[in-house]
Amino acid sequence: MLLWNLVLMLVWCALFGDFAVKNLVGGFLIGYLMLMLLSSRGVVGSPRYLRRVRRILSFLWFFLKELVVANVRVAREVVTPGINSKPAIVAVPLGDLSDVEITLLASLVTLTPGTMSMDVSTNRQTLYLHVMDLDGGDAARLRKAIHDGFEVRVVEVLR
Amino acid sequence: MKEALTVVLLMVGSVFALIAAIGVVKMPDVYMRMQSATKATTLGIGCVMLATAVHFQDTAVWTRALLVVLFIFMTSPVGAHMLSRAAYLTKVPLWQGTILDELEGRYDTEDHELDASPESNTGGA
Repeated sequence: MLLWNLVLMLVWCALFGDFAVKNLVGGFLIGYLMLMLLSSRGVVGSPRYLRRVRRILSFLWFFLKELVVANVRVAREVVTPGINSKPAIVAVPLGDLSDVEITLLASLVTLTPGTMSMDVSTNRQTLYLHVMDLDGGDAARLRKAIHDGFEVRVVEVLR
Repeated sequence: MKEALTVVLLMVGSVFALIAAIGVVKMPDVYMRMQSATKATTLGIGCVMLATAVHFQDTAVWTRALLVVLFIFMTSPVGAHMLSRAAYLTKVPLWQGTILDELEGRYDTEDHELDASPESNTGGA
């Protein structure tokens, strides 16, 4: 399916005779829409691929939003005088994740400011994070946020 | 319009990079310094690279800018992870304002095996 989409993208660009980024993106979108149309008639295409693309896009959007919002929060902490935050190291229990999923999860957690992965337990059940500012000392809420915000989405995108 | 966007993106990116640098000096312990060093830089570099791409509006520049951001995003978490782990294993002290340390006592000092949290079986405390 991805191959189909890429072929349609290249056809689009070939028609324009220009492989600029805007044509590549436009071609991919139009190819995606065509596949959506064809898939709804049951000609080609699997709903699974279409859903996955949407999930990846919504995941990217979620990640960029988190990145900006949390960056601003860290920046505010740096520029305000004194240190008002309450740092902590929190253990976050992981579900049944593969190595790739844990790697992606840990990297994303590090990239969103305020949290940084420190280590994963040897049995891969727990992710240890350093948190810059644990809101109200509520570790349970952070665990829930990591689980609902990141773990669920990572699994959705990769499976 | 293009110039304005370039300028804004460059300014925002530089400001975030500057704040990250100030944070490295200001933060009280190695872990919080690392937070500052890995975070604001990702957004800072992202903005600067975006500014470059917007300014040149050339496929070759776009792709390279994207790759730069991609590689930063891939490498900086790994660096932060290794540094903070090394810091903790060599017993670099946490700031006294740290309110919770769930890593305490979980490392095997001999072979650096790390135990899971006691809550991991019940799915959270």
